[in-house]
Amino acid sequence: MADVARPFPPGDYDVTVVGSGPGGLQTSYWLRRFGVRHAVLSRDDAPAGMFRRFPIFQRLITWTKPDAPVARTTREYEWYDHNSLVADEPELKALVPSFMDRAFDLPSRSEMEAGIAAFAEKAGLEVRYGCTWESTRYDGDRIVLATTDGEYRSRAIVFALGVTERWFADVPGLEDATHYVDAMEPERYEDRTVFIVGKRNSGFELAQGILPWARSIYLASPRPVQTDALALSPLRVRYLHPYDEYARGGPGTYVLDVAIERIDRRADGFRVVANGTTWNGRLELDVDDVIAATGFQTPLGDLPRLGLVTVNDGRVPALTPFWESVSLPGVYFAGNASQGAKGLARRGAGASSTAVNGFRYNARVLAEHIAQTLKVRAPETAPIADVNSFLLHELSNAPELWVQKGYLCRVVARSASGVVDEGVLPLAHFLDSLDGDAAAASVEVDQRGAIIPMVYLRRGGEISEHPLAPHPLHEYVGDTYSRELEQVLRHLPV
Amino acid sequence: MDVAERLAQLALFADLSPMQVEAIAHSFEENVFQEDERVLRRGLSGGNFYVILEGEARVVAGDQVLRTLGRGDFFGEIGALTGETPSADVVAESLLRCLVIPPQELERLLLERPQMMLRLLRMEARRLQTAGEWQT
Repeated sequence: MADVARPFPPGDYDVTVVGSGPGGLQTSYWLRRFGVRHAVLSRDDAPAGMFRRFPIFQRLITWTKPDAPVARTTREYEWYDHNSLVADEPELKALVPSFMDRAFDLPSRSEMEAGIAAFAEKAGLEVRYGCTWESTRYDGDRIVLATTDGEYRSRAIVFALGVTERWFADVPGLEDATHYVDAMEPERYEDRTVFIVGKRNSGFELAQGILPWARSIYLASPRPVQTDALALSPLRVRYLHPYDEYARGGPGTYVLDVAIERIDRRADGFRVVANGTTWNGRLELDVDDVIAATGFQTPLGDLPRLGLVTVNDGRVPALTPFWESVSLPGVYFAGNASQGAKGLARRGAGASSTAVNGFRYNARVLAEHIAQTLKVRAPETAPIADVNSFLLHELSNAPELWVQKGYLCRVVARSASGVVDEGVLPLAHFLDSLDGDAAAASVEVDQRGAIIPMVYLRRGGEISEHPLAPHPLHEYVGDTYSRELEQVLRHLPV
Repeated sequence: MDVAERLAQLALFADLSPMQVEAIAHSFEENVFQEDERVLRRGLSGGNFYVILEGEARVVAGDQVLRTLGRGDFFGEIGALTGETPSADVVAESLLRCLVIPPQELERLLLERPQMMLRLLRMEARRLQTAGEWQT
């Protein structure tokens, strides 16, 4: 490959982004918008590589509604389209729905791949493909990435590598099992007894995929299935068929709460020995196949050796609210790995950072944060004429708040010239910042699953929370809301 | 060491069987906080129950440090069980790794595992006996 034709030769850049999936592309788009000089590297040879492989059997679990009450070119439409990357230019918005055949309001992975690739092409996002990151080191105020093409020196690195590397739970004998990633076409499981280790997305997806073929399926993990939690999870949309069969006593499909003691390979299959976690007892099962659906990890390369701290059994990096490693300064993560920032997780509710719908907004906030940290761009604020209407509109319509519930918030602050819009920020950052008096709007979910519009105030280092009344149509407009919000904001004098 | 092994070493889980500890380890997430990052915030409801797996935290009211917590200690139980907002902040004193149990899950867990409820009560009683007044 002639180097003259390839962008981003090795050298010095303000930021280096590694990865050409939706996380890397979305970050690059916003870094460019904010004027940050950066390189994008990818070991793949085309964008959106993940969607050429995953999910294996099914469509995505996040919706895109080709028709909606608002135009596709509006910001509000993003709440109806959880799969397209986001942009300011109308011609770059909502690209996934144009590829959908409308068999379902969840895109297939080829439709998803086409939408992401179209974004890269139309936005003219350059990537140095075929360039593999090999090692990492600090050198003064630079972080140096050694790659197959040479060294990249930057002030900050954004890794957007996905969370797609095989991860096996620590179960003796599980290493002999097939990993989800290597599972075969469904028809190959015809008339076989299949034991699936893991009861999260990939376990249920797999079980659903082979349900019409397999003779018997066991889905097993220590954690009990919590139907009330699943009722609020995007997983329920397509994957709960196996659980439904088991719950109704259907023969041949079993959803088990067990800790697996060991898996023994035998001439004609496997023997699985497991102990109940929510019941007393032991099972010994002879099966034809064992598939590990124990999940994935971020390919972290040599970063753990450099001191990268991780969560989820070493699978994802532990991150600050702005998605910087808690232990490696200047090392940021975008895309699916941005789930390593848990936010406040009030009442246990997490952000949607594992899916495009959530991390596309993380990428914008991250790019702006990096631009400000590197002093490429000063913080920008815009005056707001009517703060009341502004916040109520955001609470009712802002896709960032509706997707990243309880993680991202809209901030307005007092300034000499009146109230100004400080943009979308992580809620944890807003609450812990000492930058002066301000208010933030956030959409949250209460213990019973009801959606609550929330307003927070930060005054003289003290914080207070002010839940507004829920509304069955989620429309927080009109006199009642206006008065309610006015009562709250009177504590924020201008 | 995986989460189940870490939990099995802590007093709060000492009366549970290995299988029960395994189920808890797989049911809840861990979170890591940077030094000086706030974990619980005064005035903010909806906080979770935290069990420290690694590192230290301080309980702070204003400028006063009320108490330091270490591995095996827990916090957030009063808010999680009563719905009251904390009257103090809990701040990471070093890199802090915690198991995070949401309030609604804590109640369910304690009802399902009365041995753990008893442990928590005893530890709470000892705290009352020895400590000053703080609530998180």
